[in-house]
This record gives sequence, structure tokens and C-alpha cells, in this order.
Amino acid sequence: MTRSPLLSVENLSLNFGSFNAVRDLSFDIARGETVALVGESGSGKSATALALLRLIEREGGSISGGRVRLHGTPELELSSLTDRQMQQVRGNRVSMIFQEPMTALNPVMPLGEQVAEVLRLHQGLDTGAARAAAREAFERVKIPEPERRLDQFPHELSGGLRQRVMIAMALACRPDLLIADEPTTALDVTTQAEILALIRELQEQIGTAVLFITHDMGVVAKIADRVVVLCRGDKVEEGPVEDVFLRPRAPYTQALMAATPKLGSGAPKPLHRAEAPVLAVEDLAVRFPVQRGLRPGAHLDYHAVNGVSLSIAPGETLGLVGESGCGKSTLARAVLRLVDPTAGRVHLNGREITRLETAELRGIRKEAQMVFQDPFASLNPRMAVRDLITEPAQIQSRMSRAERQALAEELLQKVGLEPDAANRFAHQFSGGQRQRLCIARALSVRPSLIVADEAVSALDVSVARQVTELMAKLQEEDRVSFLFISHDIAVVERVSHRVAVMWSGQIVETGPTEAVLHNPQHPYTRRLLAAVPVPDPARRDDRALDLPKLTPPKLLLPAQQTPARAEMVEVADGHFVAAHDRASAMLFGTPLQTPRENAHGSATSLPVSRSQLDRV
Amino acid sequence: MLSYALRTLTRMALTFFAIVTIVFFATRLSGDAIDYVVGEGITSEDRALLIEYYDLDKPLFSQYLAFLHAFTDGQFGLSFIERRPVSEIVVERLWPSAQLLLPAMALTLLVSIPLGIAAAIWRKSWVGSAVMAVAFLGYAVPNFVLAIVMMLVFSYWLNWLPVVGNGTALHFIMPTVAMAGVLIAALTRFTRNAMLDVLGQDFMRTARAKGLPEARVIVKHGLRNAGITILSVIGLQVAGLAAAGSVVIESIFAWPGIGDLLVSSALRRDYPVLQFGVLTVALAVIVINAAVDLAYAWADPRLRHTVKA
Repeated sequence: MTRSPLLSVENLSLNFGSFNAVRDLSFDIARGETVALVGESGSGKSATALALLRLIEREGGSISGGRVRLHGTPELELSSLTDRQMQQVRGNRVSMIFQEPMTALNPVMPLGEQVAEVLRLHQGLDTGAARAAAREAFERVKIPEPERRLDQFPHELSGGLRQRVMIAMALACRPDLLIADEPTTALDVTTQAEILALIRELQEQIGTAVLFITHDMGVVAKIADRVVVLCRGDKVEEGPVEDVFLRPRAPYTQALMAATPKLGSGAPKPLHRAEAPVLAVEDLAVRFPVQRGLRPGAHLDYHAVNGVSLSIAPGETLGLVGESGCGKSTLARAVLRLVDPTAGRVHLNGREITRLETAELRGIRKEAQMVFQDPFASLNPRMAVRDLITEPAQIQSRMSRAERQALAEELLQKVGLEPDAANRFAHQFSGGQRQRLCIARALSVRPSLIVADEAVSALDVSVARQVTELMAKLQEEDRVSFLFISHDIAVVERVSHRVAVMWSGQIVETGPTEAVLHNPQHPYTRRLLAAVPVPDPARRDDRALDLPKLTPPKLLLPAQQTPARAEMVEVADGHFVAAHDRASAMLFGTPLQTPRENAHGSATSLPVSRSQLDRV
Repeated sequence: MLSYALRTLTRMALTFFAIVTIVFFATRLSGDAIDYVVGEGITSEDRALLIEYYDLDKPLFSQYLAFLHAFTDGQFGLSFIERRPVSEIVVERLWPSAQLLLPAMALTLLVSIPLGIAAAIWRKSWVGSAVMAVAFLGYAVPNFVLAIVMMLVFSYWLNWLPVVGNGTALHFIMPTVAMAGVLIAALTRFTRNAMLDVLGQDFMRTARAKGLPEARVIVKHGLRNAGITILSVIGLQVAGLAAAGSVVIESIFAWPGIGDLLVSSALRRDYPVLQFGVLTVALAVIVINAAVDLAYAWADPRLRHTVKA
């Protein structure tokens, strides 16, 4: 590559107080090039991004050494500019987009104004011209109905659209460099694929160079020309993307590659499911009333979960996959009666728990436990680990202090922590260790089922891998069943005997993991799978974007109405697909569309037969 | 929007009814009015006649019903002392009160919002500490103490300002400052906290990344968000503090406003005036609260959206 350099980072060191976040970092970005800055949490990648725009001082950090040179006219030495001089650079020659589209936009300012502001500032446009230019910027990032969006506020848009607004804002002045700090991490995979394609396309149009900061090797493979790998503030590897993926030299890069879940790298073999299921869910529905107007009968129902059936055998893991808002967390909570189901039945170890009173529910907590997503928020910071992880057992039957200590030590050993951890507190542990504590806590009552809701999503890949391996080990030793919920299909593949794909409150496809992921039948499953970024730079095609976008059914309906429901049709052994029309499901690949109409022209939903339910 | 306004109105009406009831019974806790209304040496026949004239011989509950009846025909009765309709007496006191309250509010906003912002931005330097120290002091010192100290210093010792009354522009200075003192202290603290919340938000970083000068980041993005919180605080806390303040400050400075009227009517057990006066103040506070509520819903696009639905 012989492109001229745009930005040179030379021997950059960054400090937060006395903590040395980045040491002696050097790399170049050429004009129009995409450089991925990769690392796990604490690697200093976000600090570097903030330092380039000199926003790091605002976050309590400082540049303690080195230079950042922006080539071009005029050539600038960014690390020594005053704040006033930096203002000419920010948003104009170098701009930035952030991870959280939910909070990065001003909630009380119209979107058009937020974009127009940059144009007025840097290009001196008047109000009318800036608004017109903002509209153009919206069109460029393909926001539908740009005129109407100009006057809308952030809360009226989905996460994907908000990120488009951020991109429109960042690229409004056609900067030389765009710094993108984890811009797709908070988004669903299908949205992520769209945003990545958009960034690449705009980059070609405008000729902007991109510094793409991410922890996700799949995303790196999809977007980067060159890769810089950071580990705890040190650069451990740098090179063209193909080289780094094919021949990673640094041991850290190799470990990172190995830990990155790759879709299609094999799933546990399906079990022979002879025994009675641990969990059997039939036709479960959860609706939330939404008050509208003053009349009492005028409320609407939000159908979060709409007729879900599933079962889990002893020692089996069922992976539940779906994007945000599909109802998977509500389903998980309803299964444990943390929210009350509106209809349907839940059987736990053969006993129906759907109608149990609160007092009786305590008994089922012995059989089923939950592990939550955020290991920082789900552990009480004021309890010693001994009390924390034995609390569920203590609730079931009173124990002496010595018994609690013994149990705590046994549990800690089981999840791979030292027994002396019992006397410490949650804040003294890392994210991965905390999630081990959460698992230990769940195990304290020897449950037959653990519901893990996005349990590894907040963890770095290498740590996530250790936690899923721990879960597999526990399953082997104790025959615990898992309902493993995640938006990350590659992780689900690695741990699940069977998977269920959830979309708009319904399960649209379920079956043995290999069968569903290698031979997806439902159009939604196909789109989802195609959107998963593959950690292989040779496979950059955006298959997902060619597949038709599905229109989800309306879930907010007047009381008494229910969304149309599909029948589960068995297309292969144990592999079920939701279909409104049996024939179209049998003809693999035919899009499943409108509900089947009966002779009178009204939609019907076919009842699911008992025998099918038992196998779903 | 309509149903939201309707709910607000219903809530206002219920609050007002509760206040009417409490005011009626509370004013009667302090003893017999007749002893105050008439002078020494009244005959027991005349006394009985007066008691009957003012319906004070009726059971308390039927007096209460008669009182409620006044809301239908607007006849709130005559003052025991002045023998004039109470509405007349109260209404002529409204304007002097407003003359004191409005400058005090303006002073409060002008001083406390910049101070609060400064205290938030420079929270780690001496500026922030100094502002907060003064605000705590201002909050801790009762307004009547501030008033009396000012009288002592500026009127008695320095002889710069008149002590009581509302004759000239100079008369306005001390009551306005005494009234605004505690309000400034309260609102400065609220502004600082609201601003601190906003300063840490992601969109402030976005605004800086756009290249906006820091002052514009603070005012245009920061204050616009913090302002919504500050607005609600003005409605909930400051309106109440101002009403309470005017009772104290007006009595001290002999200011012919409604607060002064309330105190003197209470001392003279002039129930009709007291009742009507308290209800007028209560209504004013309720209306201000409701107005701020609606303004709040209008100012916050997130709320405006749900309100419309």
C-alpha cells in the first residue's frame, strides 16, 4: 500500500492519574484506509481514541508522552494544540462516533438540529442551508423519510437509526478521519451488518480514513485493511488484516483468535432424550397491558411472548437465540415465574408451576436458578462472598456458619476459584470471576435447571470462553440442564445441544444445533445467520443484506386480540419451523408469508398436536 | 395532551378541596373568635346575639357545609374586624405581594443558575467549594434572621435603607434580598446537582467531539437538559418556599401584602379573612405547580411524546 499517511501516532503514552493506560504506542493511518484497533477491556483502545481527539483530558486522563501528527493542510501536531485549536479539528477534519447510540445523542434536541449544528459551526452555513445539508446527510446514511426525521428526537428512533444519525453527524463535514469506537457493539447482528456496510460504502464515497475500535474479531475481518492489536496498553501486533488472521505472530493475538467463537465450528451432539424433561413449556404467553386514554377498557396489550413451547431434557442445553426486543428475556423470567405468564403452562420436573402461590414458589427455586447478564449489578456489594453464594441454600434450609463456610468452599472450588475467596467481597473480583460467583450461587441449591440470560455477553471473549467451558464441565459432572439465552449465535452454537430461534415473541425455528444452523429453514434464521460476522477477511460478502427483510407482526394490539400464530412444522427429525402454511414449509426456501386463509377468508392458526409439543 | 391536562386539572381540584377542609378546621383550633372581636365588658346577651349572628352556635360540621356553600355563590362573608367582604380585603393585598415576589424570583434565577453551573463545572476547585459553602450557609440561616441582621446593619448602623414599609424603591431592597436568600441557596444546590448529572452524560462528549466551544457545550447541550430538572424543582420546591417566605418577610418589614394580612388575621382570629387568604395562597401555589407540570411536559420531548399519545 503506497497511500500517503494521514495520521501518525508516535510513541504515545497515556495516563489516568498514576495508572499508565497506554505505553509507547506507534502506528500510522493512511488516507482512505481502515485501521482496526483491537483489544479486550482494559487494553487502552478507547483511551487511545479519546486521546487522538484530545477528549481524554475531560475523562480525567492525560497524554504523558509522544506525538500525534495529522498530515495535510495545515499539518498539525494534535498533542500540543490548545483546546480552541482542537475545536477546529474536531468534527471537521477528525470526527468520532461512539458505542451507545442510546445515550450519545442529546435527548432534548431535534435530530436535524444536532447535525445542522456541526455544519453551521465548521462550514459557516446559515440556518436554512444547514438544515438542507443535514437532510442530505440523512439521505446519505439512508435514513428513511429524512425530512420527517429532522424534527424528531432520539427516543423516537431505533438503535440502528440513531447510529445512522451519529454517522451522518460525524461525516457531515467530510472529515479526513473517522474514529469509530465500538460503533456496532450495542446493536443487533443484522443491524450491525447494515451499519458496517454503510460505513464501508460512505468511506469509499468520501475517501475518509477510519480508525475502527472493537473487541470483535469478526467485525475486524469484515471491515479492516490493517490491524493493530493492543494488550494492556502495549501494541503486541500490527499488520495487514489477512496476515494477522492467517499468521498471527503474537501469542496474545493467537489466544484472541482461538477464543473468538466462530460460527460453524461444531456444536455438542444432540442427546438421546429418553427421560422426562426437566422443563416443559406449553403455549406460554406473556402480555403487558399498556394504558391508553382514560377509559378503563381502552388499554392495549403488548404481546412480549406469544405462544412459546419448548422442553429441556436432563443434562441438556437449549440455546435461545434472538435479537433485542424479541421476548427472550421475558420468556426466561416467565419460566421461573419472575414475571407471571398470561397464558400457557410451565412444568418443572413434572410439576406444574404456572399457578403456584408466592409461598409455594420458594420450593421451585431449589430446582431452577438464574444467572444474569451483568455480573457487576447482580451481586450485592455489601455481602461477603461466603454469604453471597450460599444465600439461596440458606433460604431453603437454615445452616450454621460452619456449614455455610463449608458449602461456600465446595462451590468456589467447583467454579474454579480459591477457597479463601469466601471472605472477600464482589468488587475484589474481575468480571469473569464474578460471573463464576453467580454460577456458584446458582449451584448452591443443586438445581436441575439453570437459566443463563446473556450470562457471557458482558465478558471479554477469552473470559467468556472459560465461563462456557465451566458450564459444560458442570453439566457433565452434575447433569444440570441449561436454558442458555444469547444474542450471539456463535457462542450458542458452542454450548447448545439444541437451539430455538426467537423472533417477535415466537419461536420460529428449533431443533438440533447442527441442523438449525447448517440447514436453516425460516427466513429470519437465515437472515440472522448471514449477518453474523465471520472472523475471516476472505469472506466479506454481505449476504445478509441481500436477503429480504421481514416485517414483524404487530405486537401492540387492542385488548382481546392476539397476533397471528404459526404452526410448528417438523421438517427433519426434531427440527421444527414455524409456518403459516404447511406446504410452503415443506418446499424448503419458500418465504413464509401471510397466515393461511380458510374457506371463509379469515386467518386461522392451526392447533399444535400433543405429540409434536413433546418433541419441540 | 388533552387527557394529560385533564388529569392535572382533576389533581388540582382534589388538592384544593383537601386544603379547603384542612384550613377550615385548622383555623378553629385556636379558640373562640368572639372574645377577640368584641371589646371588654360586653353583656352576655349581646355576646349570644353575636354568636348567633356569625352562626358560631351551629355544629362545626354545618358551619363547614355553609363554608363550602360559599364556593357556589362567591359569598365568603365579611371580616369580623373590618366588616368588609373578605374577597375585597384579600385582593387589594395581592399586588404588593406580587411586587415583592416577582423581583425576588428574578433575582433568584439570575444568581442561582449561573452559580449552580459554576459550582458544577469547577466542583473540584475552590470555586465550587466556595459556592457550595455559601449555599449551605444560606440554606441554614432562617430568612427572618437574615432580615433582622440586614435591618441592623443597613438601617440601624449604616442608616442607608429604610426599615419598614413599601413607600420608595429603596424600601424594596432588603425584603427582596431577604426573600431571595433561601431561594437562591436552594436553587443553586439543585442547579449544581442537575448540571453534574448532565456533565457526565455521553451526549456531552458527542457535543465536544463535534468541535463546539466549551461554553456552547455547557449552555446549549448541558443547560438545555438540566433546565428540565431545574424547572420541575422551581415548581415543586421554590413556589412553596416563596409562599412561606412571604408570610415571614412581609410581617417583618410591615409590607402590606397577603402574608402580612394572614399573620394579622390569625392573631385577631378573623376566620373569614384568614380562610380566604390561605385559600388564595394555596390556589396560587397549586396553579403554579400545575403550570410548571405542563411546562415540564412540554419542555421534555420524551414526555411530550407520551403525553400526546
